[in-house]
Amino acid sequence: MTDLRLPLGLLLAFYGLVLIATGATAGTLVVGININLWWGSVLLIFGAAMVLLARRAT
Amino acid sequence: MHLTAVDLLIIVSYIGFVLAIGVVLKDRVAHSADFFLAGRSIPAWVAGLAFLSANLGAQEVVGMAASGAKYGMLTSHFYWVGAIPAMVFVGVFMMPFYYGSRARSVPEYLKLRFDEKTRAFNALTFAVMTVFSSGISMYAMGALLRLLLGWNIHASIIVSAIVVLVYIALGGLRSAIYNEVVQFFLIVFGFVPLVWLGLRDVGGWSGLAARVPDTYVRSWHYIGSADANPMGIEWFGMVMGLGFVLSFGYWCTDFLVVQRAMAADSMTAARRTPLIAAVPKMLFPFIVILPGIIALGLTLRPNAGAAPILPQASAGGYDFNMALPMMLGRYYPPGLLGLGITALLASFMSGMAGNVTAFNTVWTYDIYQSYLVRGAGDAHYLRVGRATTVAGIAISVGTAYAAMRFNNIMDMLQLVFSFVNAPLFATFLLGMFWRRTTGDGAFSGLIAGTLAAALHYELTVVAGGASLIGKIADLHAYPSDMAQNFWGAIWAWTACFATTIVVSLLTRARPATELAGLVYGLTPRIVDRQLAWYARPAAVGVAVLALTLVLNVVFW
Repeated sequence: MTDLRLPLGLLLAFYGLVLIATGATAGTLVVGININLWWGSVLLIFGAAMVLLARRAT
Repeated sequence: MHLTAVDLLIIVSYIGFVLAIGVVLKDRVAHSADFFLAGRSIPAWVAGLAFLSANLGAQEVVGMAASGAKYGMLTSHFYWVGAIPAMVFVGVFMMPFYYGSRARSVPEYLKLRFDEKTRAFNALTFAVMTVFSSGISMYAMGALLRLLLGWNIHASIIVSAIVVLVYIALGGLRSAIYNEVVQFFLIVFGFVPLVWLGLRDVGGWSGLAARVPDTYVRSWHYIGSADANPMGIEWFGMVMGLGFVLSFGYWCTDFLVVQRAMAADSMTAARRTPLIAAVPKMLFPFIVILPGIIALGLTLRPNAGAAPILPQASAGGYDFNMALPMMLGRYYPPGLLGLGITALLASFMSGMAGNVTAFNTVWTYDIYQSYLVRGAGDAHYLRVGRATTVAGIAISVGTAYAAMRFNNIMDMLQLVFSFVNAPLFATFLLGMFWRRTTGDGAFSGLIAGTLAAALHYELTVVAGGASLIGKIADLHAYPSDMAQNFWGAIWAWTACFATTIVVSLLTRARPATELAGLVYGLTPRIVDRQLAWYARPAAVGVAVLALTLVLNVVFW
């Protein structure tokens, strides 16, 4: 375990996928947005970027 | 509100994740320096985020939202006047002595710079304060989860204590720091949607400003006199008391945060640690204070058909402490709610881990190794460190139960701690920048400052407020608790500063040769011209201060 970005990225990407799945199935709108879907995508992109950065460094 | 399966999945994976970090890092702990200082091997950005996260306890997150609802943008002074300048100062000016002296803790720096009694005073008060405050926040967290989710308070306290215990006892400070970085990202990702949804609901910043009195959306405009703003403090008490004395006292001398910088892998990394932390810290008012103001806006002028957010308090007025929890309940659907609760748990654990790692280091190095068992082998102190982690958490749990039963005793303790903390920055400032300061001067200054803080409390009252202990006299009535607190700190700092100077001049100075590396002027200047500007602490410090100035002006 040398690079913290790898596990951090994996955890956030996992949360992103869970939120996207929840948003896609439940489709709950809060103040007019499907927040699970949107925020899940943000988490997934950020997590994936962390994983890529960690992979590139090694 | 209640949790669904997907929320629980998110929470349980978080707990599994932090434990796994502890297990993986266990093999990296071979010596006591690995356990207490992470082998001084932490890269700057990791140390920086941990520096910020260790301070971000649940009380900070929940409390700042409450403060936002109660005082509005005036709360931003805790960041833009308080924390940021102090973080720049410790990174640019003080870290050369902390890190350069190779001290393993803040009390140990005092031993090297001054003498044994100054170290003992600081180590003992700090050790007692950290275990008690981690117990108090443990109780606060358990009470919040009970209120919010109906969780059993005993289960919340015991389970979270065991999780923190396991990952620290296994991986030591490195495990605490790595987890703090993860916790930092969870806190950010867990709370940002609250601001997004909340602002959308109130109609953006201008919609929010239309719902609350103007004092709640301005940071400086109403601070000319104490009766013009809800905080009841005027600009001088704010800038000197909160900004200069209390914030510098906390960020520059509290081992809880300084330990993260001491664990950095080089002098440059140690100096950059608080500066890296300052950048997100600058933006934190938008994550932690803004939800509170939004909660107030939606309480004073709710949207058509919606109930007010803030509940009524039993004593009258609103229950501001519920601002953040009620916002989570209003806006987070299943899924995101799990992430929000995880963010709360993460902030709680990072704060607690900060206390525990600081406590076990100070106890083992500054009390046990210095006064109880000297000269034992390194493996012995490593074992003591692990045992201290268990003992420290056990005492914290005990304190949490005491807090559950005797609320007054806890308030008393926090009051006494505030007396001890108030003068600290004067001692460090003189110690680091005036070579003539002596051990006797520092020690008597600390005692005088603490007594001045206590005396100030005993001689003044808060208009319309209740007091924990009987007063000797009421020579002055402050308009608010904040004003009394800030002015008490100013008096304590001044008493410590003056006493330290007078006693130092009356006692024999230490020869300059003994002070190399500990005091400004006797320590080689750090030359970092070869580095890019963004790696030079002074340049980054100026940039951070300039950005903070912009924020102050924008929200003036």
